[in-house]
Amino acid sequence: MTKPLLEIRNLQAAYGGIQAVKGIDLYIAPGELVALLGSNGAGKTTTLKTLAGLLHPASGQIQYDGKSLHNIAAHQRVAMGMALVPEGRGVFARLTVQENLQMGAYSRDDKKEIATDLARMYELFPRLAERRDQLAGTLSGGEQQMVAMARALMSRPRLLMLDEPSMGLAPLMVQKIFETIRDIAALGMSILLVEQNARLALQVAQRGYVMESGAITLSGEAGELLGSDAVQQAYLGS
Amino acid sequence: MEIFLQQIINGLVQGSVYALVALGYTMVYGILGLINFAHGEVVMIGAMLALSALTSLLGMGAPPALALLLSIGLAMLGCMVLGYSIERIAYRPLRHAPRLAPLITAIGVSIVLQNLAMMIWGREYHSFPQMIANHSHTFGGAIINDIQIIVFVLALAIMAGLMVVVHRTRLGRAMRAVAENQHAAQLMGVDINRVISITFMLGSALAAVAGMMISASYGLAHYYMGFLLGLKAFTAAVLGGIGNLRGAMLGGLLLGLIESLGAGYIGDFTGGFFGSNYQDVFAFFVLIIVLVFRPSGLLGERLAERA
Repeated sequence: MTKPLLEIRNLQAAYGGIQAVKGIDLYIAPGELVALLGSNGAGKTTTLKTLAGLLHPASGQIQYDGKSLHNIAAHQRVAMGMALVPEGRGVFARLTVQENLQMGAYSRDDKKEIATDLARMYELFPRLAERRDQLAGTLSGGEQQMVAMARALMSRPRLLMLDEPSMGLAPLMVQKIFETIRDIAALGMSILLVEQNARLALQVAQRGYVMESGAITLSGEAGELLGSDAVQQAYLGS
Repeated sequence: MEIFLQQIINGLVQGSVYALVALGYTMVYGILGLINFAHGEVVMIGAMLALSALTSLLGMGAPPALALLLSIGLAMLGCMVLGYSIERIAYRPLRHAPRLAPLITAIGVSIVLQNLAMMIWGREYHSFPQMIANHSHTFGGAIINDIQIIVFVLALAIMAGLMVVVHRTRLGRAMRAVAENQHAAQLMGVDINRVISITFMLGSALAAVAGMMISASYGLAHYYMGFLLGLKAFTAAVLGGIGNLRGAMLGGLLLGLIESLGAGYIGDFTGGFFGSNYQDVFAFFVLIIVLVFRPSGLLGERLAERA
């Protein structure tokens, strides 16, 4: 096995006084798309926030690219190649689409390359090109999700973390977003995808973890999980 | 008519200074949701620093123009250090405390700064040295002098510069991003503490210039001058819509005009019962009216919004 890009050992984290993550282990190999599934309140978002540095773990270790992330602030992790598209997207509603994307490149100072990437994002999301001077707050939910993803990609991440990218979107838009995730993964980026929509997530992922009340109860190849009775019953509704 | 024009000129000049100070309130509010009541004292310290520097530089025989530039620079630098320290020492430890705590702390900082200034500069009025002949110009029957012209033009230039920084630069984008969503800004790689510090320093630099302008206009500086000025500038920020930069500028100019026209005409309207010494009442009358009828201010978009 190649050395994992991200490795979590016995991670515990509390959120709002509640222990939301109770000692989980997880790894992501370079170039891998890993799904983290579970119902509402299972601790998925807390896990992502801890990985991004927005929350301090209560205990446990996070290794990224062979280095411990202990005491590394959220903004420094972006420069190390970690990007999180947060739950609810977190676009800057009063900044234009273009300014949002420029914010994504905040940690970079290679102006020429930033301009190239900006053009690339508008190719990837032509809708955003049409709306580049519009305030992001005036866009539809799906378009805002595109802004959030494009913005994260502008930091040239090696590990992209997505928190419920399908939430609140129309089915057609969900499909479009997942196609994009597949495209990005094909470029060799490592992706950690948190989803409630287990079927969709497992269709694009190589491996998956199932989380329940703060602990990982099941993990394996995506195909295996899709076929497993436990996942079928709990998340696929059949 | 001449009186009217005269009051308009006086009001715009005074208002442009209010606007500079109001920007400091509104920038900090926009980014932290905190009303930095110590901001008026930063203006006062700026005026005192500038005046001390100016007096000693002139005493050493420096040419007036050079002395003036140097002392503005020194006052700005001093106030930036002060603004940075206030945030670092007094507000940052309370970042996640209930909102009342930093507010009370702000009032505390204000009192500390006043007393500090009193210890350093004493209780007496300090007069602004007369360096250049302050020519008066007649303009449609009204009079405007050189200092007023300089104050107004400089204030507008600084405001334009600030708008460019906020709306056209990487730093300005980061400031607006932090103001809107601190978590998301961190996820973009923004060091929010750094951006907040810079915001305080920018606001304090504007305050220093404003302090210098006021002491030059009135020819005086005093350790207590920041109190009333701070309250008026805060009123201007609220009038424009606190958190909104354009609102602070508009509010400042409007408040200057209201005060000046009010003071100019109150005697006529009340048959001489109230005189122009009631000038200060207008600002607070405006504050009450705004808070009652339009708490979000003229340019403020609904309550939860910030700029």
